Amino acid sequence: MESNQIIELFYFFEDSFIGEYIRGSTWLFPVIESFHLIGLAVLGGSVVIGDFRLMGFILKKEKIGYVIKQTRVWFKFGFFILVSTGIPLFLSEAVKCFYSRAFWIKMICLVIGIAFTFLVRNPLVLKGYDGKLIPLLGFSSFFIWTVVAASGRWIGFS
Amino acid sequence: MLDIAKWLATTEWSIALHESLYLYPWIESSHVLFICFFFGTLLFVDLRLTGKVFTNLSISEMNKGILPLTIIGFCLMTLTGLLLFYAIPVRNYQNIFFRIKILLIIIAGLNALFFHRRMSKEAKKWDKDSSIPKSMKVSAIASLFTWSLVIISGRLIAYNWFDCDRQPQSEWINFLTSCVVDYQLYEGIDGI
Repeated sequence: MESNQIIELFYFFEDSFIGEYIRGSTWLFPVIESFHLIGLAVLGGSVVIGDFRLMGFILKKEKIGYVIKQTRVWFKFGFFILVSTGIPLFLSEAVKCFYSRAFWIKMICLVIGIAFTFLVRNPLVLKGYDGKLIPLLGFSSFFIWTVVAASGRWIGFS
Repeated sequence: MLDIAKWLATTEWSIALHESLYLYPWIESSHVLFICFFFGTLLFVDLRLTGKVFTNLSISEMNKGILPLTIIGFCLMTLTGLLLFYAIPVRNYQNIFFRIKILLIIIAGLNALFFHRRMSKEAKKWDKDSSIPKSMKVSAIASLFTWSLVIISGRLIAYNWFDCDRQPQSEWINFLTSCVVDYQLYEGIDGI
């Protein structure tokens, strides 16, 4: 897909009913964004607790598999809130997003974060892997999700 | 109070923060990250009290393990929040969402105070077993609910559609936000 085809697609998103409806309201975008932030905090909490355990900072007596099991449901719940609020936010300003470097950084890191969490971090930990790379696993996950959150906030400044 | 805010706005650092191209966004982004740190960890502390997560751990073990992170998050969130206020003091002071947020923080603070007082007195009785008093569970849920509202009102500060400069507003909005308005200017315009 060439870049002019992508921008056309983004214009199509922005012209969508939901996009126009949100743009036409004074308070809808801020309110959806507030819930997006709550979703981020829920996901962030499960990332912080899971990854800080992997890095050996907290709950050292607990098995890493147990901590990940306890936090992953809330990770998914936070992710669900983020996606269901993030899509309407995107639709309301898709063209701005297209030209925002922060948006693309966020999206690339988001894909990496999801793949890393569900294909590497969680399966390894839940299969009982307890080797030397565990702290690195925690640090990598924490770093990726921090970049996702920070670049996401930066979309608003661009 | 308005005079203090006006004085703050004239200080060198406030102007520098307000006019900085990158520092203000960096502080705001950090504020968001520390909110995640604070609220996200508090979520698990409160969920433990309702018996939804980490039931293998006693309440005090959970608090000992997680609460330090929550407190660090709170301190950093407060510090960055104060800087954000300091950068635009008058506009924030007259912002209705800022005022709602402060009120909610006071409520959340009182709830936390009630909670920890009771916790330190009685926790030994129900620390290990699952019979956490109902009032404590209610307090945990109230904590999550109030802090969620703090986040929402905090985010709305940036979008204030009741700003003093956006007149006409209704009289009671101007009263609640301490806006000084010359009503004669808006005579005959709807909404006042």
